[in-house]
Amino acid sequence: MESILTLKNITKKFTGTLALSEVDFDLFLGEIHALVGENGAGKSTLIKIITGIHQPDTGEIVLKSETVSFHDARASYDHGIAAIYQEASLFEDLSIAENIYMGHQEVRPFTRSIKWGAMYNKAHDLIKSLEVNLDPRALVKSLSIAEKQLVEIIKALSADAKILIMDEPTASLTREEIDYLFKIARKLRSEGTGIIFISHRLEEVFEIADRVTVIRDGKIVGTIDKDHLNVDELVKMMVGRSLQTLYSKEDVQIGGPVLKVDCLSRAGEFNKVSFELKRGEILGFAGLVGAGRTEVARTIFGVEKPEGGKIYIEGREVKIENPRQALELGIAYLSESRGEFGLVLPLDITQNITAPILKRFARFGWINRQKERETAQKFYDLLDIRASGLEQKVESLSGGNQQKVSIAKWLAANANILILDEPTKGIDVATKAAVHRLMSEIAKTGKAILMISSEIPEIIGMSDRILVMHEGVLVREITRSEATQEKVLAAALGEA
Amino acid sequence: MISKTGLKSQLSTIYRRREFDVFIVIVIVMVVVGLRNPTFFTKENWKDMLMYVSILAFISIGQMMTIITGGIDLSVGSVLALSGMSVGMIMREYAFLHPIILILTGTIIGLSCGFLNGLLIGKGRIHPLITTLATMSIYRGLVVVVSRSLWVAYGDITPGFRLIARGNTLGINNLMFSALIIAIVSYYFLNHTRKGREIYAYGDHQEAAKFVGINGANINMLVFSISGMLAGFGGVLWVSRVHTAQANTALGYEMQTIASCVIGGVSIFGGVGNVIGVLLGTLLFGVILNSLELIGIVDFYKLSAQGFIILVAVIFDAIISHRVAEQMRKQRRIFNDGQ
Repeated sequence: MESILTLKNITKKFTGTLALSEVDFDLFLGEIHALVGENGAGKSTLIKIITGIHQPDTGEIVLKSETVSFHDARASYDHGIAAIYQEASLFEDLSIAENIYMGHQEVRPFTRSIKWGAMYNKAHDLIKSLEVNLDPRALVKSLSIAEKQLVEIIKALSADAKILIMDEPTASLTREEIDYLFKIARKLRSEGTGIIFISHRLEEVFEIADRVTVIRDGKIVGTIDKDHLNVDELVKMMVGRSLQTLYSKEDVQIGGPVLKVDCLSRAGEFNKVSFELKRGEILGFAGLVGAGRTEVARTIFGVEKPEGGKIYIEGREVKIENPRQALELGIAYLSESRGEFGLVLPLDITQNITAPILKRFARFGWINRQKERETAQKFYDLLDIRASGLEQKVESLSGGNQQKVSIAKWLAANANILILDEPTKGIDVATKAAVHRLMSEIAKTGKAILMISSEIPEIIGMSDRILVMHEGVLVREITRSEATQEKVLAAALGEA
Repeated sequence: MISKTGLKSQLSTIYRRREFDVFIVIVIVMVVVGLRNPTFFTKENWKDMLMYVSILAFISIGQMMTIITGGIDLSVGSVLALSGMSVGMIMREYAFLHPIILILTGTIIGLSCGFLNGLLIGKGRIHPLITTLATMSIYRGLVVVVSRSLWVAYGDITPGFRLIARGNTLGINNLMFSALIIAIVSYYFLNHTRKGREIYAYGDHQEAAKFVGINGANINMLVFSISGMLAGFGGVLWVSRVHTAQANTALGYEMQTIASCVIGGVSIFGGVGNVIGVLLGTLLFGVILNSLELIGIVDFYKLSAQGFIILVAVIFDAIISHRVAEQMRKQRRIFNDGQ
């Protein structure tokens, strides 16, 4: 097989941390090469080096037989490399057509002015040829998440690239749209395009990849041919250990319901969501990104107002107007981005843990620092936070330890209902296991946990019960004993 | 997939409505003031006002470009003063110099100031607010240095220089003519060239801009250079119009340019704004300032009024954008009902 792209000995450091270490990778003409690995393994860095957004510290990039170096994204684009990025990389206030052609608009020869008419026509034809229904003049901010993902795909396809990189292109597509994307990918492959495909869904990797390369902690673990693929083997390579230790869920005596949500609705976000959360229970909230899970959580926490439905706490109906009231009712919410509702990054661990309960330590407006410290110390020890001490600033902690601090904060505030939104997103495996252990222990003390997670193994490994949301509707409830990856995924994709 | 045509046209009407709204307010203010003080509609008053608005308009267009990238240029008032004072001082010494040379000199001084801002922001990665807050003071200090604590008085202005502001081109006053040309060129630049569109893209989403190969440092250097250049050009015209240059010339002028942008619908968060909006915003701002003067409101209140106008415009924007977001949420059909 002829190689179209070869990476030799690539190393990349970011202020001290080694993101990639001596990576070798190759892509053949007319091949779909999957790249798998855990969050933070280095996939995205590798992609950004190929697309010229980052430059490698050492090593070389070879296209066919020519050694190249890209100082920015346009240079790599000019060499026929296009990418669909995982994070939204669209301009919300610009039109679909402009998003597709930004950076390489066609211009008239002398005036250098953009050919707007031609751009809209080309975009229209391109959209039509892909059999989707989008107005090229529509602003991107008026689109749904799935439509935005389609625009990303169209944008990459418009490049007629020799090398196409897909970084989790299916994260918020329906099964139908995924099939359609795969059809396009196979067609491109038959035309000789080399495709690098990144996905967390191993089923998809098995379905479409010719070869699979596993990356872990910035190093290539190995490359396997399609014919020798095996799920257990692959997962082991990715995680570096077997799965059991990662999800240390203990069986707990489940008590009565503490939180009941009845027909909760918000137009355009979620519709008639009803469920119960019981004492000692970890309730998994599964679904695709954008299915409406976070929106439900934010509504329960009082960030947004419900437009229909009722919330009961301990059997009593409550109206939650704002997060403060939610906290008083014993509800805590750990948002996906720890900065937003979670932590005050420039403050130290003590100040973060005691922020919601300062009143307890205060007399006539003066805070008793001694008492404050004692409380913080208690939870610092309890949650086994790894830091140089209580005075360390939260911004300098690792992701996992930040997560522990925010959990400590709500435990100190006596929260009985913890809503954890993607609690282990972007943290390394060891800390992940620690956070899971902690969740299990918290549940054992009779508190209830509602865990939103997009990682299906985490959902299955940690939940007593699983609720699956699809496009704003609760579509399925699955008990721990009958949960399988396939069932959860099918429901999340709206096929159940 | 769902067609978004309905929503799209709705959105664009809201955008178009912004200019319409500003226009309506201008008319209302004019009618009210005209009724209270008939001098408002005299030719002299209009000429005076439009000459003031012209300079404000093109400096605001430069300001708009920095705001579209998500930045802000607080130094325009100081750059204007520095350019005006320098040119005035040169004129005192070398009265024989042709006005064109003086215009070029002032513009180049402005361009250099702006380029320095852009360099600090683009290459030095210092936040635009901090950078231009600092250079605002630095450039203002330089005005005093350049002037050697003197000022440019009426007698220093040569007749040729006076003609810059008083003269006409194609039957239109030079100041208005300049504003018009700059507006047309800016419109073309922002809407019909790649670089222009890249400015919007960069302000919309800096990370995504990197993905399509847009060089953020270059964009910053470009917009701050343009803003400085226009302020420098404006400085020459300013001195020609008012026949004096002092250390406190155009003090607080940056607020007026920012206000004109905000009134004209430029989003302070970047990515949104257009030339026509800013022109109308400046006009409204000019009409209001002029009206306050005619009604006999003292300077102190004028400043408060200025702040009040900005506040109203921002609140208006917040309400509108909140409404649009809510509308969009409700129209997003994400449920599999009826399928």
